[in-house]
Amino acid sequence: MWQAFVRWFHKWSSPKWFYEMSRPWSFWLGWAAVACMATAIIWGLGFSPVERLQGNSYRIIFLHVPSAFLSQATYMTIAIAGAVGLIWRIKLAFYVAKQCVPIGTSMAILALATGAIWGKPTWGAWWVWDARLTSMLILLLLYLGLWALHNAMERAESGDRAAAILALVGVVNIPIIKFSVNWWNTLHQPATLKVTEAAPMHMSMLIPLLLSILGFYLAFLSWMLIRTRLEILDREKKARWAQQEVRQLEAK
Amino acid sequence: MAFASLPEFFAMGGHGLYVWTAYAIGAAVIAFNVLSPILLRKKLITEQKRRERRGQL
Repeated sequence: MWQAFVRWFHKWSSPKWFYEMSRPWSFWLGWAAVACMATAIIWGLGFSPVERLQGNSYRIIFLHVPSAFLSQATYMTIAIAGAVGLIWRIKLAFYVAKQCVPIGTSMAILALATGAIWGKPTWGAWWVWDARLTSMLILLLLYLGLWALHNAMERAESGDRAAAILALVGVVNIPIIKFSVNWWNTLHQPATLKVTEAAPMHMSMLIPLLLSILGFYLAFLSWMLIRTRLEILDREKKARWAQQEVRQLEAK
Repeated sequence: MAFASLPEFFAMGGHGLYVWTAYAIGAAVIAFNVLSPILLRKKLITEQKRRERRGQL
């Protein structure tokens, strides 16, 4: 059983094998993401009822919550992939970690920007230095640090290792973001969606929100696969099969 | 529909500027994530061509 698992693990961690097997995935994941996001946004913008206290500004939630969730999930993906790369010396895990960085950065920017825009009509301020907002800003800075480390190193492998270590240290920030609304007094409202309780939200707001979250996660998987496959071709550029693949990309 | 007319939809009950700015930034972030792999792919192709011209392959 264990040996079968180890064999399976090693097969999937081979960049060439992964490149071959993941060929159709990003396409279907991408279209599933488009379907979920389009439904969620049309529903959320045009059909969900107006919120009693916040008016229509609450419609920003359909971007704010999914991007905030995804920016943290992407960070955890980077940290776990980095640990796998450091411990088992698996190149593919480093490639995934590296290519998650731009996606996560863009999601952290989107979460902060939509939060600021939502804050203005709701709290009367674009920005306050409270625990939730500050820890999210630290997440963005961690992403920029990862990006800088990948670009600063002469050898890509050194960048992989340095970024993995930074990513693992920065994991401390994730529970701080999560619990910041409980530990400190804050303007930011506590979590609306909880695994243990029903959401205190009208169904016609809740369903598009959940659909939007699903759509963002599917889009992440699709983008992550596309980017990882290109990273494989780049890192394996001395291998004949990778050169052959690049020629085929050009023909398309 | 939560809105009676199209102008009302765009006005978002006075919050139009906030809502539409947020969604414009959302569209830009999605466009970045869709377009940047295409640029990455172009870079791979031109780099390989350059190596081929130099006779490194």
